Amino acid sequence: MTDKLSQSADKVLDHYTLFRQPEYAAMFERKKTEFEYGHSDEEVARVSEWTKSEDYKAKNFAREAVVINPTKACQPIGAMFAAQGFEGTLPFVHGSQGCVAYYRTHLTRHFKEPNSAVSSSMTEDAAVFGGLNNMIDGLANAYALYKPKMIAVMTTCMAEVIGDDLQGFIANAKNKESVPADFPVPYAHTPAFVGSHIVGYDNMIKGILTNFWGTSENFDTPKTEQINLIPGFDGFAVGNNRELKRIAGEFGLKLQILSDVSDNFDTPMDGEYRMYDGGTTIEETKEALHAKATISMQEYNTTQTLQFCKEKGQEVAKFNYPMGVTGTDELLLKLAELSGKPVPASLKLERGRLVDAIADSHTHMHGKRFAVYGDPDFCLGMTKFLLELGAEPVHILSTSGSKKWEKQVQKALDASPFGASGAAHGGKDLWHLRSLIFTDKVDYIIGNSYGKYLERDTKVPLIRLTYPIFDRHHHHRYPTWGYQGALNVLVRILDRIFEDIDANTNIVGQTDYSFDLIR
Amino acid sequence: MSLSENTTVDVKNLVNEVLEAYPEKSRKRRAKHLNVLEAEAKDCGVKSNVKSIPGVMTIRGCAYAGSKGVVWGPIKDMIHISHGPVGCGYYSWSGRRNYYIGDTGVDSWGTMHFTSDFQEKDIVFGGDKKLHKVIEEINELFPLVNGISIQSECPIGLIGDDIEAVARAKSAEIGKPVIPVRCEGFRGVSQSLGHHIANDAIRDWVFEKTEPKAGFVSTPYDVTIIGDYNIGGDAWSSRILLEEIGLRVIAQWSGDGTMAELENTPKAKVNLIHCYRSMNYIARHMEEKFNIPWMEYNFFGPSQIAESLRKIAALFDDKIKENAEKVIARYQPMVDAVIAKYKPRLDGKKVMIYVGGLRPRHVVDAYHDLGMEIIGTGYEFAHNDDYQRTPHYVKEGTLIYDDVTAFELEKFVEAMRPDLVASGIKEKYVFQKMGLPFRQMHSWDYSGPYHGYDGFAIFARDMDLAINNPVWGVMKAPF
Repeated sequence: MTDKLSQSADKVLDHYTLFRQPEYAAMFERKKTEFEYGHSDEEVARVSEWTKSEDYKAKNFAREAVVINPTKACQPIGAMFAAQGFEGTLPFVHGSQGCVAYYRTHLTRHFKEPNSAVSSSMTEDAAVFGGLNNMIDGLANAYALYKPKMIAVMTTCMAEVIGDDLQGFIANAKNKESVPADFPVPYAHTPAFVGSHIVGYDNMIKGILTNFWGTSENFDTPKTEQINLIPGFDGFAVGNNRELKRIAGEFGLKLQILSDVSDNFDTPMDGEYRMYDGGTTIEETKEALHAKATISMQEYNTTQTLQFCKEKGQEVAKFNYPMGVTGTDELLLKLAELSGKPVPASLKLERGRLVDAIADSHTHMHGKRFAVYGDPDFCLGMTKFLLELGAEPVHILSTSGSKKWEKQVQKALDASPFGASGAAHGGKDLWHLRSLIFTDKVDYIIGNSYGKYLERDTKVPLIRLTYPIFDRHHHHRYPTWGYQGALNVLVRILDRIFEDIDANTNIVGQTDYSFDLIR
Repeated sequence: MSLSENTTVDVKNLVNEVLEAYPEKSRKRRAKHLNVLEAEAKDCGVKSNVKSIPGVMTIRGCAYAGSKGVVWGPIKDMIHISHGPVGCGYYSWSGRRNYYIGDTGVDSWGTMHFTSDFQEKDIVFGGDKKLHKVIEEINELFPLVNGISIQSECPIGLIGDDIEAVARAKSAEIGKPVIPVRCEGFRGVSQSLGHHIANDAIRDWVFEKTEPKAGFVSTPYDVTIIGDYNIGGDAWSSRILLEEIGLRVIAQWSGDGTMAELENTPKAKVNLIHCYRSMNYIARHMEEKFNIPWMEYNFFGPSQIAESLRKIAALFDDKIKENAEKVIARYQPMVDAVIAKYKPRLDGKKVMIYVGGLRPRHVVDAYHDLGMEIIGTGYEFAHNDDYQRTPHYVKEGTLIYDDVTAFELEKFVEAMRPDLVASGIKEKYVFQKMGLPFRQMHSWDYSGPYHGYDGFAIFARDMDLAINNPVWGVMKAPF
């Protein structure tokens, strides 16, 4: 025991410094050797090397049952996100209560914003008798306390397994006057054992539209000039939805976002807590039936919803998280085609500026190899943008990716000489990606915060461009869509590349001849 | 600058006003969970550990969160399977900052997410066959794993899977402990039952089926740390003090813990419990079965640390007692410097606490050490024995709220205007928007450790940076 303490009031050591002090290092060693009964360092090193091998990769890819570090969540969180994009809407999750605590936490950790949703708090008795009483009491309490304009009901897997019937339960609750008879309570069954959060998003949007648009087919509804747009589950929604509205303003067209979380997930700090803010209003949602067309920004988030819109006589168009020059071109051309208005000169100017920026930096992107993972639509959009930059997407992976998705990715890769070394991996997870990166190295990984473990293990730098981003702040406030969004994405990638070069050239007298002032 | 706008709130009246918003049936139920602490009360006078009311926005979690998220998850050399659909494991993946030392993916798995990812066919036909395969694949890909736990999600108990049979069969096959845990989220009323179920699983599937390691040599100074999840390194900044007074910490439950440490625990001379709520069950069991006494201690803030070190030392010989005094004296100058630096900046500041486990009472004296005052506190998932232990820490007139709803907490805070709210991530931004300094007291707001003397310095610094940041001063626009 030395008398000098590491910790002090003058300079308070945080966990990342404190535990590196010699007294702690010695303590860790004692714990390890005397009490942990772990494997020898040699054995750990041997197995560690083995996990990086082709042999391990083969075993890893032969997995049929266990899923390790997937890139997907379950349906209800997607449904909750979708509902929170409507004005004054309180998500009501029917089933076990812990789920809601998890969804709220997850969304809050990404957006750094409050996230409001209630649970019907079903327990063992409800598992036996069904959750009708929980629905009746729950709707009454939620309505009285939180004064929503709409309550959107979704389910946890518990309620799905016991077979609770939302339509019947909600009708019953209304009969018991939990909420007024004309109070909107749209719903969606969102079983966690089917699909993922993007399917939950789809189900909830369809549930809400069904509530206001009616269920019968209605081809002869007179159509307006309005275009609806469904963003899909998007961690950059705050920046992106605002960017879309700005683009619509430049165009002078009536673009109605269905489920717009941009204000709800970005409220100001001015002394007043807003439980609800912004979002698509009920009136706008009703009116949206009469729009001439509905655009989906994320095909795999809206499979059923777009079909529903089609049945209502709307023209539909789908994108896969369009990013970059061509991605944005396609979106704008579609808006021009649907509205009959030309792409405005101001946006053409923005396009030119983006292309100029890409040209200025192309030397640093050309031929760089990337791994990309995330939701299916994000992976597609990102892959196409990378190809356009002269970069090479190598491993493209999505746990929610289907065979159809793999073909879509392959088609994008085939269309460019920069796609020659690329392959899509649908239904695979980040432990598969670890094997892929160890056996076929890339220069950068594009994904979310969970990718930091891949970065640590493989030493390949990570660029965070999709949900969830827990360990970096405020990126979601900047768009990734549109020409402005593409510029943001480009800068984020370039910054990481430059930081990486600097970090690898900063040893005095050894590598710092390349520590260039000008790059 | 103090943000206290109202120091003379009629708290009793406030409770009644807030309850007014509820429909009658719920109002009656909620009224039993809210109280103002009376002088010389034996407990807090609130009902606890009962079902949350539907639709009110409880802050509670579930049994799975209590078992996988709290008790089992931190055991680093095991793989914990989130058995069922993909979500539960996804949301709880790396969520609690249970620090550990190890080669993740090779000999430790604490920040990874393993799931059987149930599909519809698993619900319809049962998931036992898949579970067999999951365990086989884990054992092949992670040969250094020292045990596997099966953390049941809601559907498991509803579809009638026999995970115990799978666990027995697979354990025999792979020659490692495989532990089934019936912590389905719908069981019980909060994460609390999950703690209990997890404790029982250790009792039945570790203590009953394994032995302490051959070659483990006991000493008269062997203790354990029970109920410290090593959030931000808490168990480490505690362990170092116990070692300094001459004790040997043979097991950490469960932060930075290992299977061997669980197995060797019955060799302890005394079990030292920090989080009573989540691990008193196993301590009581060991007392009954192995005759090991247990003692609660509190390593938040210098007053409680010194008291606890003396209480712990009193269980041992004079050498340990002398060491305890030496250790307290050794750290005293640092403590004095921390208090001298931060107390003037924090003196008289009012705090409202709402968290789980032991913290709604255990952290109170750490605030007192800095001259701060607790005007409200409450537990997410306490039982009556927690509320009996609380009056020891807080004073008459403190507002007590059990399983508080988001609505109630918002109204209470709005009316009482504390200088700091100490609660969780779901509450954080609500109160910051209201202009109130906030610290997350589950995750230490990504800081920590807060336990021990080293942790106290960080705690004091963090409370200061929350309360005295200039951002609160620019909240109101000048126009």
